[in-house]
Amino acid sequence: MTTVASGRSSIGKWIGDHLIMGIGLLVLLYMFTPIFIVVLMSFNDPASRIGYSFDGFTLHNWLNPCEPNGMCDAVVLSVQIGLAATLGATFLGTLMAFALVRHRFRGRAVANVFTFLPMASPEIVMGSSLLALFVTAGFAGVLGFWTILVAHIMFCLSFVVVTVKARLAGLDPRLEQAAMDLYANEWQTFRRVTLPLVFPGILAAALLSFSLSFDDFIITNLNSGQAVTFPMYVWGANQRGIPPQINVIGTAMFLIALITVLAGELGRRRRG
Amino acid sequence: MTDTSPRTTGPGAGEAVGAASGNAVAGGADLVLTGVTKRFTDFVAVDNLDLTVPQGSFFALLGPSGCGKTTTLRMVAGLETPTEGEIRLAGQDITHLKPYRRPVNTVFQSYALFPHLTIFENVAFGLRRQGKPDVDAAVAAMLDLVELSDLASRRPAQLSGGQQQRVALARALINRPQVLLLDEPLGALDLKLRRQMQIELKRIQTDVGITFVHVTHDQEEAMTMADTVAVMNRGVIEQMGAPMDLYEHPMTTFVANFLGQSNLIGGRVLGSDGADLEVEVHGTRLRVPRSRGAQDTGEVWVGIRPEKVQVCAPGSADDGPRSRLAGGVITDASFIGVSTQYLARMPWGQELMAFEQNTGAHEQFRVGDHVELRWVPEHTFLLDADQDANAGVERVDEG
Amino acid sequence: MSHPAPTQAAETQPPAKRPLGGWMGYLLLAPAALWLTLFFIVPMASMVSTSLYDPTGSLESGYAMTGHVQNYLTVLADYSEQFLRSLMYAGAATIACIILGYPLAYAIAFKAGRWKNLMLVAVIAPFFTSFLIRTLSWQLILGDQAWVADTLRSLQILGENGRLLDTPVAVVTGLTYNFLPFMVLPLYTSLEKIDPRLHEAGADLYASPFTTFRKVTLPLSAPGLVAGTLLTFIPAAGDYINVELLGNPQTQMIGNVIQNLFDGGSYPEAAALSVTLMAVIVVLVLLYIRKAGTEELV
Repeated sequence: MTTVASGRSSIGKWIGDHLIMGIGLLVLLYMFTPIFIVVLMSFNDPASRIGYSFDGFTLHNWLNPCEPNGMCDAVVLSVQIGLAATLGATFLGTLMAFALVRHRFRGRAVANVFTFLPMASPEIVMGSSLLALFVTAGFAGVLGFWTILVAHIMFCLSFVVVTVKARLAGLDPRLEQAAMDLYANEWQTFRRVTLPLVFPGILAAALLSFSLSFDDFIITNLNSGQAVTFPMYVWGANQRGIPPQINVIGTAMFLIALITVLAGELGRRRRG
Repeated sequence: MTDTSPRTTGPGAGEAVGAASGNAVAGGADLVLTGVTKRFTDFVAVDNLDLTVPQGSFFALLGPSGCGKTTTLRMVAGLETPTEGEIRLAGQDITHLKPYRRPVNTVFQSYALFPHLTIFENVAFGLRRQGKPDVDAAVAAMLDLVELSDLASRRPAQLSGGQQQRVALARALINRPQVLLLDEPLGALDLKLRRQMQIELKRIQTDVGITFVHVTHDQEEAMTMADTVAVMNRGVIEQMGAPMDLYEHPMTTFVANFLGQSNLIGGRVLGSDGADLEVEVHGTRLRVPRSRGAQDTGEVWVGIRPEKVQVCAPGSADDGPRSRLAGGVITDASFIGVSTQYLARMPWGQELMAFEQNTGAHEQFRVGDHVELRWVPEHTFLLDADQDANAGVERVDEG
Repeated sequence: MSHPAPTQAAETQPPAKRPLGGWMGYLLLAPAALWLTLFFIVPMASMVSTSLYDPTGSLESGYAMTGHVQNYLTVLADYSEQFLRSLMYAGAATIACIILGYPLAYAIAFKAGRWKNLMLVAVIAPFFTSFLIRTLSWQLILGDQAWVADTLRSLQILGENGRLLDTPVAVVTGLTYNFLPFMVLPLYTSLEKIDPRLHEAGADLYASPFTTFRKVTLPLSAPGLVAGTLLTFIPAAGDYINVELLGNPQTQMIGNVIQNLFDGGSYPEAAALSVTLMAVIVVLVLLYIRKAGTEELV
């Protein structure tokens, strides 16, 4: 009886220890497969503009990333919008997170639901309704950088609020009380204790905002007018034939982001 | 517990308060709370509290969770504003001063060390905010005092609980506050470390001479360290005094049960005979010195601490005057090393506790043995029978 | 920090301090709330009113506000097929995400040890490449000449001239792929909170690992499962990129319809469809909040 039971549990243990990890790694492989393709295709020497297959190895794409007409302009525009949207959304969202966590006021629950709603709305609905508003308000002629920025700040806001709120809610209120007890006035307490402790959350929110903004297509496409962001360029290229340099940008973005995250993690570990 | 403000707490407590006011005249830096009340939306945390903490004393606020002790501490620290009443420190009204404008520092429960700063910067925090000169030297000296010099560049997360506790103490003490507040400072430590820190805290307090106000739910901790203990319950102070006075002379059932354990037996005062009261307990007459009575007429609780009770074979001889309750039957005998703890069922159904030291001088009894319980009459105390005999018994143990 | 009893916590952590009074909260809230109102709430409201316009107008000539409820009936009649397809594809992708995501989240939470952070980064890392580019590479992976299709054909799973690309399978694969991290992360968050000792206690009481999983782990990870389901299902139901890149005209979802109607200038119909989609989603979110709300109390 005991041997049977222990035999069963040791098989169960082996399954728990290895099978689940194996499945997990396979799923990760699934998630990375397209990335491998992107990296591979960034070295592609395409035989024709129409076909999308690996025809030969070349470094040409990496050495001439801006060769396709207008692509680098699109990247620059996306970076500009990404930075501006990050700045705006992080600032407004952080204030809102402080309001929601640190202050009790009427309508707080409503405010919480409203921050959640944009995250739960399909982009096509948000983008089209915003376009309808811009058009009704007579901004149809000025669609471009500013309307994209307005839209991006809007949909990044909720993610900032949620991220910073989580960090702030995890902050022990006794730390701020201890600072006040140790002769720090309200401003010094915020500057010396609250802000440094919440900062990782703000930074994470900013990174998230930038990647959401840089990557957005559906909302941007509806509200861009004549402006062309990088995802829109990719979309257009899909109809015309995809230049391999798109994969160079994709790979470069991936590497830059990965290095940023790993450096941050390393720094965090060093500081203990 | 309705009418037991500190001023009406009998001779033992009266002496402590007297000593306190004597000190007040000499020192002039006492912490005085007058009529302090704190109401939250749905309950009264502290109810019309009057309290004087003499300068330089080690004062403990003892009570179960939710008794208002921490709220009292937070009002002194400035982290909470009293609904009514006044708090004065060295004669100055500090009731509405911001926490950072009070010469008061706090050792927080679970320490609240700044996780993003080194130990050095944690300790330096208060001095830097005040713009004091020579911060480095002062911090070095303070870290030396708490024996943490070699950990100055570490961060709090890298320290053990005991080390963190010492950092919290150093961070508060370095500011030389007039009053140091300690909120369950040893609650997060294991028992052994707690004993060690109790002794260390007491030593440091004696060395620096700063007033310590210590909040705890651990009666042993309060009695070990404090000169004066105030027992709080439901927002009021039940009784205040030196640890031994409180223990030997409880004035309420809550204090009798919360500080140690007590046998409380229903009885009635029949009359007095000079210095003694005559009390009838379930048909037995006992004599109780008048000074031992919180109440001297009518229905009373007759109290006796279990370790004061001797378990004797019926009819055996005594070496002096004893109060006796006959007809007990042992229902439980637990040998726990230093002592044996008995439960004896009395003829009226109540089980009384008796702890006998294992000196070898007493006879050992077994379950079912017929016994007589005896004690020195001076150890009896009388309490108002209107109070709940079980008040303070089932205390929440968070340790 | 974890040990004080509830009553003690109530005593030591009274309501948050309001050093500057209640108006400070409104002041901090105002800019973001204004932004969300102007660019989210107002457009949504105006979308509702647009959906009631007379569809015979145009942007140039203007629309007449006629309370044209028929718009809803029209679009539901015309596009119910795409609507149902959207819900089906999104549902299939969500189930696939649970099947793939749960073991991964479980492995990260309990089996990864020191590799935990690295695996978490790996889950998020694909995000760093533009999702359009990633979806495009699925064109390549699922292409007719690629080995995936070849293998399936030689295994007779796919017919002689069977295709993967431009089929519902490709669309659901793309949806699953794109929204998988939204399933894994909330699942991981709720799994990670589970004390591993509960597994031991479960093993002690129930013996079978599967029973332990069913009785202990699964109920405790329910909040993450609910959140992940919503975060996967909602964007998937509104997506049109995957159909556009991996599907064909016969696999069109509601997102494509809305996009096409907007492009074609049929604003009232597009708005009516958007409002309908939004209504379905709001109902789902409200259900979620109720569920999450009660579970947070437990």
